[in-house]
Amino acid sequence: MENKVQLKINNLRKRFGTEVVLDGINLTVNKGEVVVVLGPSGCGKSTLLRCMNGLEAISEGEILLDGEKITAGSKEITKLRQKIGMVFQSYDLFPHKNILDNVTLAPIKVQKIPRKEAEERAEKLLRRVGLWKKRKAFPRELSGGQKQRAAIVRALCMNPEVMLFDEVTAALDPQMVREVLNVMLELAEGGMTMVIVTHEMQFARAVADKIIFLEKGKITEEAEPEEFFTNPKTETAKEFLQSFVYEKHKIQ
Amino acid sequence: MQLNWGFMEKYLPMYIDAAILTVKIAFGGILFSLITGFICAIVRYYKIPILNGIAIVYIELSRNTPLLVQLFFLYFGLPKIGVVLSAEACAIIGVTFLGGSYMAESIRSGFESIDKVQLESAASLDLGPWLTMKEVVFPQAIAVSVPGICANVIFLIKETSVVSGIALADLMYVTKDLIGLYYETDEALLMLVIFYLIILLPISIIASVLERRLRYAGFGD
Ligand SMILES: Nc1ncnc2c1ncn2[C@@H]1O[C@H](COP(=O)(O)OP(=O)(O)OP(=O)(O)O)[C@@H](O)[C@H]1O
Ligand SMILES: [Mg+2]
Repeated sequence: MENKVQLKINNLRKRFGTEVVLDGINLTVNKGEVVVVLGPSGCGKSTLLRCMNGLEAISEGEILLDGEKITAGSKEITKLRQKIGMVFQSYDLFPHKNILDNVTLAPIKVQKIPRKEAEERAEKLLRRVGLWKKRKAFPRELSGGQKQRAAIVRALCMNPEVMLFDEVTAALDPQMVREVLNVMLELAEGGMTMVIVTHEMQFARAVADKIIFLEKGKITEEAEPEEFFTNPKTETAKEFLQSFVYEKHKIQ
Repeated sequence: MQLNWGFMEKYLPMYIDAAILTVKIAFGGILFSLITGFICAIVRYYKIPILNGIAIVYIELSRNTPLLVQLFFLYFGLPKIGVVLSAEACAIIGVTFLGGSYMAESIRSGFESIDKVQLESAASLDLGPWLTMKEVVFPQAIAVSVPGICANVIFLIKETSVVSGIALADLMYVTKDLIGLYYETDEALLMLVIFYLIILLPISIIASVLERRLRYAGFGD
């Protein structure tokens, strides 16, 4: 893997009113690197991703994409959004557009790419996730897993340099989780730079180059997955990992 | 009850003219109401500074004053400061002033019904406010807004009856006139009702068809 820095976050702080949600985040994501963000509920994982995509204004600090500084509210936020794709937990496809139109809307209208070219791009991606046959279907006609795969394609169709995933399988039936995670694994293997929030620990371990553990808005651990999962340093991380383990004798 | 058919036949052309005037005022008023309403709804939805405050004041003023008072202001009040408008123009402006606020609220309730995550998806695709409205919010909101808009249309057509107050020979005016002159109350009222039904029933039917269509075309999951 090249060691070119793709995304750098310096001393990022985010407040909601007086509540400090992100408290001095420093993070470097190299090109092609997959970073998985773990942490208990409410620790600020979603907020971190939303700041990275410019959905939340940052209170302090800066985000550098390809060395270019991006401050919230500035015009450059647009660059951030086009270079960083994001997929949310809830199926966020546009319900009144079919899958192909969902996927090609932004490339055509925002990036001003000719329709034909955008559709070719969409075809390649939709075939890759097995949804080309469903291109004329509306979101309501798709299963949850198919919708999430389409949402991933929609973000990919902008040719982003970084992809953000916020618990994209959390709302899915268990049998559909796999098909979505497989798409993400494939992307990772293809060299996509990704930041992933997930509660699928097996997946996190398999996909990550680096694990970030977030606790009350601070990064308390940053480690390789093997290291983190076998030998977490902080108590909270230990407890957190323990909460995914089921042992019969421990329940009274 | 013995109806005076001869009377009704004689004054039918007058009713037809009056109906045409009523439709003209209603059509103009409704068209401009929709434009006003759409603009106000956008201003309110995006909370555009200053304009938002103006829109709120306008909406309250419009909804809490009777149309007749609004018309008197336009027709008798404005000339005092040198602005003289024809009765017809006053009527159309009056209906617009009243209808704009009702349309604004119906249209806005459609905008507000759109899930926040839809807006965030649009933002993350860098769609921007204009494209987000055009491609994401409006097409989904319209299904929610249409029943309210249709109800407003019917309400406004009925409200046009007060323009007789500024001496416009609409259906109501003709009816009152004929009753005053000839005491053929039953006939005059019957024709009034029939003409309103002729105008309103088709609109009502179109509205319910439209609503049903939009409901079945529902794309939400
Ligand atoms: N728009 C907002 N306004 C005020 N507070 C907010 C807002 N969004 C998030 N918060 C607060 O910020 C904190 C972090 O929220 P965030 O959604 O980032 O957590 P999370 O780690 O993603 O949690 P989860 O695992 O449950 O998704 C929470 O305490 C939350 O209440
Ligand atoms: Mg979250």
